[in-house]
Amino acid sequence: MTPHLVVLAQATGASSLGRMLVDFLSLGSIYALLAMGFVIIFKATQVLNFAHGALAALGAFLVASLVSVLQVPARWMPTAPRWLTWVLAVLIALVVAALIGMALERAFIRPMVGEALFAVAIVTLGVDIVVRTITNDFIGQQSRPLGDPFGTRVLAVGDFALVPWTVIAQVTTTVGLVLLVALFFRSRLGIAMRATAFDQEAARAQGINVGRVFSIAWAIGALLAAVAGIFLSLFPRRAAGVDQSTAFFAFAAFPAIILGGLDSVVGAVVGGFAVGLAQAFATEYLTGISFLGSGFPGIVPYILMLAVLLVRPYGLFGSEEIRRV
Amino acid sequence: MRGRPLLRTSYEADQAIFPTVTQKVVVTVFLLFLVAIPFFAPGTVGSEGALPGPNFLASSDWLRLLITLGIFSIGALGINVLTGLAGQVSLGHAFFMALGAYTAAVLGAAPGALWGMGLPMWIWLPAAGIVPALVGILVAPTAVRVRGLYLAIVTLGLVFIGEYLWRNLDFITGGSQSGRSFPSFEFRWWKEEAPVFSLGEPSTWFGFLNVSGNAKIYLFVLALTAILALVAKNIQRTRTGRAFMSIRDRDVAAEVMGVDEFKTKTIAFAISSFYAGIAGALLASFIGRTIPEQWNLPLSVEFIAIVLIGGVGTVTGTLLGAAFVVLLPRLVEDFTHFLEGVLAEGGILATIVDPIISTGGDFGLINTSAGVAPGLGIDQFNLVIYGLLIIGFLIFEPLGLYGIWLRIRNYWKGWPFTY
Repeated sequence: MTPHLVVLAQATGASSLGRMLVDFLSLGSIYALLAMGFVIIFKATQVLNFAHGALAALGAFLVASLVSVLQVPARWMPTAPRWLTWVLAVLIALVVAALIGMALERAFIRPMVGEALFAVAIVTLGVDIVVRTITNDFIGQQSRPLGDPFGTRVLAVGDFALVPWTVIAQVTTTVGLVLLVALFFRSRLGIAMRATAFDQEAARAQGINVGRVFSIAWAIGALLAAVAGIFLSLFPRRAAGVDQSTAFFAFAAFPAIILGGLDSVVGAVVGGFAVGLAQAFATEYLTGISFLGSGFPGIVPYILMLAVLLVRPYGLFGSEEIRRV
Repeated sequence: MRGRPLLRTSYEADQAIFPTVTQKVVVTVFLLFLVAIPFFAPGTVGSEGALPGPNFLASSDWLRLLITLGIFSIGALGINVLTGLAGQVSLGHAFFMALGAYTAAVLGAAPGALWGMGLPMWIWLPAAGIVPALVGILVAPTAVRVRGLYLAIVTLGLVFIGEYLWRNLDFITGGSQSGRSFPSFEFRWWKEEAPVFSLGEPSTWFGFLNVSGNAKIYLFVLALTAILALVAKNIQRTRTGRAFMSIRDRDVAAEVMGVDEFKTKTIAFAISSFYAGIAGALLASFIGRTIPEQWNLPLSVEFIAIVLIGGVGTVTGTLLGAAFVVLLPRLVEDFTHFLEGVLAEGGILATIVDPIISTGGDFGLINTSAGVAPGLGIDQFNLVIYGLLIIGFLIFEPLGLYGIWLRIRNYWKGWPFTY
């Protein structure tokens, strides 16, 4: 169960600063995506979703199994180019992941509407155990490659040999951030979500379908988790594929969301990149120091989180609970 | 006044641990039964005899299970004070357990390649509680500043940072590869060669009771559990215990009424960590050898699960929950073997059982030869059941096993009337 998140630098032959930069961007975008998934669920439903890592692994596994085991949809389109069938498989996997998220919400979270936040958080811990155990059982002992169309191809930018996914992940994160902010602050649904998070009963009295809000939030959350899981299995660990430790990786996103504040989308992205930067820095510059021992980059996020929390107890962007005595 | 169990005429009667005679009798009988368990095995009384009773409980694997149960009960009583009474969600219990275990190891283990001072048990066991309690006091101010779910994640960070520490402090923990051995249950006055008595060795008591090593450890852990449960129950009845509950229910209101939030949370953390440390030291000593990775997040979650399944904030519920969580894997395993037996016999029952269990290559929900065919191995099946139980209890019975017990009791109290 060790958080072996030490990322291999993508760039070969580059300076250590360059390696750190690439690590920072790749890790940061994944943490940001994971954190955004957490935050959308928390912001709409006040549920802290411990099952997020399991959902990420599930999403990656769905892609691996659709692409290489079931050969969907490639078996019906033998002449189509490889990238097309792969993208279609990913889209199918994302839809399935979102549906699973909705189903989990309907079965386990909906009955807990109105209960204490802590109790619901522990329910998601139970969901995490169930989903993770079953997913890992399906994954098996070996890691499963996702069979992406880029293969070993790299982009040469100056000194760097970049994995194309690094760039795609940045774009996805940016698009995701813009869409989520637009959703929360510019759409009717977003207002309904914020109202639901504020007070479920009052929201209901205003004619908001609280159940539907829960459902949609979990669908989006599970979808983002799956996206993060897919990226996670694609590049930071040199295309290792999805394995039994993938689900565990998402725990490192907890410091990211706490850092940014549990209920802030912008905070999630800032927190994600901050944690990514800290970890990349530790990987590049602090690993050789014998005093720190091994595995130090793995706990840097938590140390950063503790430091920030002692100064700002609700994170950098989180909304403060006002209490006066 | 007799025969009217709900009529209390004094505050003392209302606060009594066992308010009725029946409860006193039942608890005494149950305790006697627990003490008698090791003597159910043949050959324990005299040369051939045994106490009449369910003798499978006295078999060595069940005895080991019961010892683990006792140790887990102690740990769970700790988390119950913090989470159940004071309402502070902590996922850091495993960290404090590890702290207790390694304190015990440094103080109690024989000096060698790893740190060890060879001190006697009467020093290392209490120290294993006190050191984590002090660290708990250091952590407590965070709980005053950071609230609710934020606190849960901070304590989660504690487990990860702890795991990193244990991995790297290999002169104390032995590192991930080999782990280290822990002091055994031997009682010495100081550093004598031969222990005054050793709990691990079999011996004969009063000339006719033959007790095995495990039986002695069992009785020791049982006594310790009983004492610590009584202490936990009494903490609940003190001013401090009521302060815990007021902080849990509404911290602002509690402060208005004069409860010092900082002090109360600090005490809660200290007590909880003390229990955790004792449990950690006992567990490590009992297992004998552990690696740093054993003190991980799932262990913390297990304790939260015990409290939730048993019933939050009650000592009885915590003990019930511990029994449930510790014995569940064993029961599932036995059930699986039972199903295997049914399958082997054939007939109509085997047809029903077939989709549930698979022994070879066919499909089955549980697969006894995991990895060969689709289906979950017994361990995975156990985990899934455990996860579903956490979910199920929270959804359907938030009061846990204790709540179920209350409902049964209330039903019979009014029988044959429904109210």
